[in-house]
Amino acid sequence: MSAPTATSPPPTRTKKRRGDLVFAGATRASAGVILVALAAVAIFLTTQGLPGLTAPESRLGGESTFIAYVWPLLYGTLLAAAIAIIVATPLAIGVALVISHYAPRRLAQPIGYVIDLLAAVPSVVYGLWGVAFLGPQLVPVYRWLEDNLGFLPFFAGPSSGTGRTILTAGIVLAIMALPIITAICREIFAQTPRLHEEAALALGATRFEMIRMAVLPYARSGIISAVMLGLGRALGETMAVALVLSGARIITVDVITSPSPSTIAANIVNGFPEATGVGVNVLIATGLVLFVVTFAVNFTARLIVARSERNTVR
Amino acid sequence: MTTTTDPQRPSENAADQAVHLPLRAAKLPGWAPWLVLALALATAGLIAVLLGWGLVATGVVALILYAVALPTWSLAVENRRAATDRLVTTTVWTAFLIALIPLLSVTWTVVGNGFPAFSQEFFTFSMRNVVGEGGGIYHAIIGTLLITLGAAAISIPVGVMTAIYLVEYGEGKQAARAIRFLVDVMTGIPSIVAGLFAYALFLLFFGPGVRIGFGGSVALAVLMIPIVVRSCEEMLKLVPSELREASYALGVPKWRTIVKVVLPTAMAGIVTGVMLSIARVAGETAPLLIIAGATDSVNFNLFAERMMTLPVYAYYSYTQPGVPPEFGVERAWGAALTLIIIVMTLNLLGRFLGRVFAPKTR
Repeated sequence: MSAPTATSPPPTRTKKRRGDLVFAGATRASAGVILVALAAVAIFLTTQGLPGLTAPESRLGGESTFIAYVWPLLYGTLLAAAIAIIVATPLAIGVALVISHYAPRRLAQPIGYVIDLLAAVPSVVYGLWGVAFLGPQLVPVYRWLEDNLGFLPFFAGPSSGTGRTILTAGIVLAIMALPIITAICREIFAQTPRLHEEAALALGATRFEMIRMAVLPYARSGIISAVMLGLGRALGETMAVALVLSGARIITVDVITSPSPSTIAANIVNGFPEATGVGVNVLIATGLVLFVVTFAVNFTARLIVARSERNTVR
Repeated sequence: MTTTTDPQRPSENAADQAVHLPLRAAKLPGWAPWLVLALALATAGLIAVLLGWGLVATGVVALILYAVALPTWSLAVENRRAATDRLVTTTVWTAFLIALIPLLSVTWTVVGNGFPAFSQEFFTFSMRNVVGEGGGIYHAIIGTLLITLGAAAISIPVGVMTAIYLVEYGEGKQAARAIRFLVDVMTGIPSIVAGLFAYALFLLFFGPGVRIGFGGSVALAVLMIPIVVRSCEEMLKLVPSELREASYALGVPKWRTIVKVVLPTAMAGIVTGVMLSIARVAGETAPLLIIAGATDSVNFNLFAERMMTLPVYAYYSYTQPGVPPEFGVERAWGAALTLIIIVMTLNLLGRFLGRVFAPKTR
């Protein structure tokens, strides 16, 4: 507020009505609640997790330090998420292209709705499906991989007899990340300037050449951020992994063997109901590690989106 | 797309005819992909019948045949670029078909395994004193309904009011931009972290080992608020500013304009967004497993004791089915099917209500 220079106040400044003040205050308070909640998540996890960092050896699964305890779990989390992203990204870009550029106009919307349904299926259902249907179906595939591609460290074997491996978990996670990546990619593909597309077509480009020259360069940063958001989902997903994986705290690049590396989230769910005392703090501390990793991934993704939005506005 | 000059057009002189360049490249007819598809399917089907293959192998072989045959034909008749285009088109549609497989397979598996579990007893009994056969999911349905209602009661006011702040009050402000960004980041909080947060929060009041239904509501609200905010914000942005200006011109205060003009106009979209967010959190498992716990009995009190929910029920029935295991596993599938039905109903209801509440534009 600058000091009034005019002798009389400007006529447009009327007295604030009480209803306006209350309502505006209420909306502001709600926005504040969100900030407080986000801060509270970080603060409560930190305060409850700190005792876990110095937990005795007996509560750390025989490891001497917390870092040694959480590292194999973090490795499993990253490995499962990486598999999920490698599987999901090409599929998601393909599906998004079908919706935005390939399907006939009338089909595009129902197709988008069907893909959204994939996101609506609860994670525990995916978990049940993964362990009861997908896993057993993949057993012969894993045996084939072991026999024919066994020279690669990823498929060294021995292959799992139940299909409850980190590759199965990764595929289930890919299905769960797919709708997120697809939804963002198709928004961005649909925003490609019409004139760029028409210019490409007018120069005689085929549809694929048009997509390569006009759509994909325009959407590049959007695709990257979409993939990172899908990565965030895959990193934090719990139940599907907890059900599918027969996990242990081990580090191996072999993706078709059981036991496989477990993930942070699955380890929490498996251990929490029986945990007592400082054991709970250890699990909360691993949760804090997961929170920091996903927060960093999402933060970066949103930063990229925000920057690309600012560029397109200009 | 473009009509070119008729190649049969008579030219003025014979010399022209000699160096005639066709303006239109050779092109496969429109039905070519369908013909190749039919041939590929027929060939693969024939091989499958002769060698006794399964359905999956047949589909894969048909797809490979199609992906090889059509670009090859295109390469022979058209040119290299057109062949690439056809190959990419095939790949893109294949990606879509692959994405559909899990949806169909999940539906098939869950309905096939879960439907036999359905009976009157299944929906009206809890698991109290049940060993082996019998028992039901009554207590889990009650828990899911109460906890989700609690989460909705927290999230909807906070979410809608925040969206109003972002659209109506925060325009161009640094604070609003920061909140919008943090809400986006909040969307990515892992559900298990929300559960741990609720546990750490209620630990302060009730001591270690706390299990309470309302804690589940708080955890779900952390996951639900950002979804509500984002969908409401999109809907409020769609309200034309002419409506607001007309209201201001009549001397209506800003808050009454928002309550009486802006919100009713956006109501359809807000209802849809809220329903979709409820459907999203109703299926969450991990936070409830941590803070709401598991029990065999009915619990109507959100503020005391453990509370069973459908996803947790499905998880425990499958991982700890008891003796003999087949009854527990069957109940797990039954609970999963019930959960899917609830979530899908909310989903469809949300979209349907969105149509019903849509303001009549003319």
